[in-house]
Amino acid sequence: MERNIIQWIIFLMQEYGTYFWKGTLVTLETAILGTLLGLVLGFVIGIVKSTPIAPEDSMVKKIYYKVLKTVCDGFVQVFRGTPMMVQAMIIYYGLKQYGIDISSFNAAILVILLNTGAYMAETVRGGIQSIDNGQFEGGKALGMSHFTIMFSVVLPQAFRNIIPETGNLFITNLKMTSVLNVIGISELYFATKTAANTYYRYFEAFLITGAIYFILCAVFSKLLSILEKKMEGKKDYELATEYIGD
Amino acid sequence: MAIIHVQHLSKAFGTHEVLRDIDFRIDKGEVVCIIGSSGSGKSTLLRCLNLLETPTDGIILFGGGEIGGGEKKINEYRAKVGMVFQSFNLFNNMTVLENCMAGSRKVLKKSKEESKANAIKYLKKVGMAPYINAKPAQLSGGQKQRVAIARALTMEPEVLLFDEPTSALDPEMVGEVLNVIKELAEEGLTMIIVTHEMSFARDVSTKTIFMDQGVIAEDGAPEKFFVSPKNPRTKEFLSRFMSA
Ligand SMILES: Nc1ncnc2c1ncn2[C@@H]1O[C@H](COP(=O)(O)OP(=O)(O)OP(=O)(O)O)[C@@H](O)[C@H]1O
Ligand SMILES: [Mg+2]
Repeated sequence: MERNIIQWIIFLMQEYGTYFWKGTLVTLETAILGTLLGLVLGFVIGIVKSTPIAPEDSMVKKIYYKVLKTVCDGFVQVFRGTPMMVQAMIIYYGLKQYGIDISSFNAAILVILLNTGAYMAETVRGGIQSIDNGQFEGGKALGMSHFTIMFSVVLPQAFRNIIPETGNLFITNLKMTSVLNVIGISELYFATKTAANTYYRYFEAFLITGAIYFILCAVFSKLLSILEKKMEGKKDYELATEYIGD
Repeated sequence: MAIIHVQHLSKAFGTHEVLRDIDFRIDKGEVVCIIGSSGSGKSTLLRCLNLLETPTDGIILFGGGEIGGGEKKINEYRAKVGMVFQSFNLFNNMTVLENCMAGSRKVLKKSKEESKANAIKYLKKVGMAPYINAKPAQLSGGQKQRVAIARALTMEPEVLLFDEPTSALDPEMVGEVLNVIKELAEEGLTMIIVTHEMSFARDVSTKTIFMDQGVIAEDGAPEKFFVSPKNPRTKEFLSRFMSA
């Protein structure tokens, strides 16, 4: 029986519908978990890197921060300077060789998490530095500790500034999960390959997948821009009339 | 006994000596105004008093004890010595009310209710209570500075430092801020005020200090200081300002 493109697409979607669906779910799960955990890591590194070392700090504290900062710098450089696919091979297959056995799904999340962390670290640090020093001094003058100022004044503002960058990275991660098929997680790309191979219908199968990626990216871009708007907060305020004339 | 007693204080940035061998004391209830030309080290002196800058040499006694020694000690000290900045330095992510509750909540660890009542008490004092829901970006300069003063007062400090509190303000807003400070002086709050407002300094201070090139060139009671300054540089400085 001869099918045209449309018929093939419909056929593949009927035959492999659950494949595509499950692949989509795995892709989403990996990207979302990896990005969120990576964001946390990025914050931790960004905060460490922007902690000042004061002249009056003890020697131990100085050395401790120096080492911590060096480790963070090294981590960021290694992960930004090597391809994700290579990292995945080392973490999944490479470690197995030495008896460290993690599932391909966990390995995938780990790779995305570490990459996101490395990329977000710089963004977070930039976000922290973009907050004027005056607010830090305002907090210090009240007797607040560095970390109190960080968590109640600086990070809430930095966070708002880095939402767009987080969004971009999430979209990138959504697409980058496809390279993780090398370690055999059954994400969308992997599922598509299976479907395509059986009937040698690469064009149609990957057209479906392309459409799925495209829709996912479009939906999340929209959601993120809504979130950004929400975070801007109210433009006006209510006068507390009960205190007027006091 | 002096609340703050500065002895042989020096501060250098690299090789640049900004403060040289400063000695002075302030007693409870005194209002000290510091004047002097730009770059003479007034801000640096105030920042050293609050340890926003670390002195290169000398000691600062607070209530008889030397200040410094670890972050915790420094923060406890700062909680007792408030500071109001030229650029307000309010927290932009918080409302006026939250700004004035932050110190009380996070540093003094008081309850939410108590902190709120306290914040409103001092916001009323500076006439900013109706604006509790506003964010700093929605206020005028004079309003921001009054909130900053209220925020400092919520800590019920023993000494309040002001670094040119009206220099960033439009002329029509200077008065509202100076009036608040005058009122505090009348209530007996101990204050050190760096200012370029000469008539204000004359009216409000119990002692005026003239700084010149990193040293205290002259100090004295305002009645004498402004009428018959001894140091020729003070004379020159005052004549420039008083005629303007
Ligand atoms: N962080 C710093 N690093 C290097 N030099 C500094 C620093 N802060 C201040 N200075 C220098 O110290 C000197 C005194 O500065 P300071 O701000 O104390 O003067 P000021 O009397 O407050 O002047 P103004 O009336 O303009 O505020 C200036 O020459 C200034 O350039
Ligand atoms: Mg200054």
